[in-house]
Amino acid sequence: MRESVVVAGIGHTTFGAHEGRSTVSMHAEAIRHALADAGVEKDAVDGLFVKFPTSAFEFMYGQKVAEAVGLQPRIGGVWDQGGAANIGMMSFAALAIEAGQCEIAVVTFADNPKTGSRGAIAKSIGADDVFGWFGAAAGYAMIARRHMAQWGTTADQLGAVAINARANGAANPRAQLRKPLTLEGYREARSVVAPLRRDDCCLVSDGGAAVVLMSAARARALGVPAPVPILGFGQGQTSWNVELRPDLTSTCAAESAQTAFAMAGLGPDDIDVAQFYDCFTIVPIMTLEDYGFVPRGQGGAYVASEGTGLDRRLPMNTSGGLLSETGMPGMQLVIEAVRQMRGTAELQVKNARTAIVSNQGGIMHTHSTLILGQPA
Amino acid sequence: MIAENTAGVPLPVRDALSEPYWAALDDGRHIFQRCGACGHAWLPPRAECPVCLAAEWSWETASGDARLISWVVYHTAFHPAFADRLPYNVAVVELREGPRLISNISGIDDPEALQIDLPLRLSIEREGGVAIPRYVPAPENG
Repeated sequence: MRESVVVAGIGHTTFGAHEGRSTVSMHAEAIRHALADAGVEKDAVDGLFVKFPTSAFEFMYGQKVAEAVGLQPRIGGVWDQGGAANIGMMSFAALAIEAGQCEIAVVTFADNPKTGSRGAIAKSIGADDVFGWFGAAAGYAMIARRHMAQWGTTADQLGAVAINARANGAANPRAQLRKPLTLEGYREARSVVAPLRRDDCCLVSDGGAAVVLMSAARARALGVPAPVPILGFGQGQTSWNVELRPDLTSTCAAESAQTAFAMAGLGPDDIDVAQFYDCFTIVPIMTLEDYGFVPRGQGGAYVASEGTGLDRRLPMNTSGGLLSETGMPGMQLVIEAVRQMRGTAELQVKNARTAIVSNQGGIMHTHSTLILGQPA
Repeated sequence: MIAENTAGVPLPVRDALSEPYWAALDDGRHIFQRCGACGHAWLPPRAECPVCLAAEWSWETASGDARLISWVVYHTAFHPAFADRLPYNVAVVELREGPRLISNISGIDDPEALQIDLPLRLSIEREGGVAIPRYVPAPENG
């Protein structure tokens, strides 16, 4: 399948607050921008893959979005993988295009946890409310604590992830939080759920984002300006809740990456820029390990010593990620990777020919990986 | 120490499957399920063995020996009933028999001084009138 499907268009709303606006409206705006970017007429779209808003589940939500944008897709709907769903659905869309089930697919996301329901942030994590076990941050803190104790990962190493994201976000005019972070500032910030501090935790953001997928042949025929080839994708599911997971410090992101690398015929050494899901700072550290960029347990040392800035071996989260650009669950990372491959990123990595993107959902329950290449 | 019977603490939802679990705690025993087909031991209560899917299983009483897998310390209340307990800890605990569960570590002054893999001992305590399994450090049982 290598290079047979391309990302033809990208689009998104502004990031931050969209007071009083429905998620369906944000989908419509994101899709409008993505179609304009691809130069594709709406009526050519025959696949519509929708990530439902995490803040408030809505039954038949894919149909509400289809209705709002006036589409009757041949294939579509909602697939629940939490934060892994955007790349997950891009994978399903690519498979559907390959299998002749649709020709032009839109994958779209929108949510409004900042001005709408905050239920997704503070909800209970299972049946253990009586112990005070609430909130996604605590689940990631539980993993971070074990990683720190088992592998010697330090708070300052977690901080290095946040500092990199905030430096890149500060250079990104679209970013929601453009305030750089120092190590001193990181250390002094309040603890949320120890060992995680304020700046270890992702932003809370409203917004929508969408991408348009089609075959490379179709993109050539339509004259799409800069079609970015999908070289590989993969998924994996750790599934166990944090308290039941036999090993807290490795995940099935490893399988997700292996599948994507095998499909692309590439390995970690071939990747020029990474957009890693960074809802909490421990996640990119473990992603570096699970993806095989560094040996197990060395992710923290790598981000602090080698560094992940624009001039380093593997520039990471070049638009600020979930910690600085927008807390949206993953589509902004895909969009930034597309811009890096087009050569149009705010913080462009020179001569970047391949990009890898990770998405993950729940508390490292679900994983998905995307590898992009150069426009033909 | 965590105060007993604080108003508003959400209590466990009991159903036909989990009722024996809570009733046993009320009786001073912590129980888990063991598969009659493959011998796997698990919590929380479920109708089928997650390893072999068999529906034949029985309750077994835990020794009470356990170890600390990881823990967090809340400095922010995500539920109003816990606001006056900050900072408080929540832990992942592994029973000597294998099953893991969410719990709290009691009887400690400084949760940041805990260590992963610390030996623990069951301490059944009451929360809103319901007996729940908490743990205390048990340095002698390693």
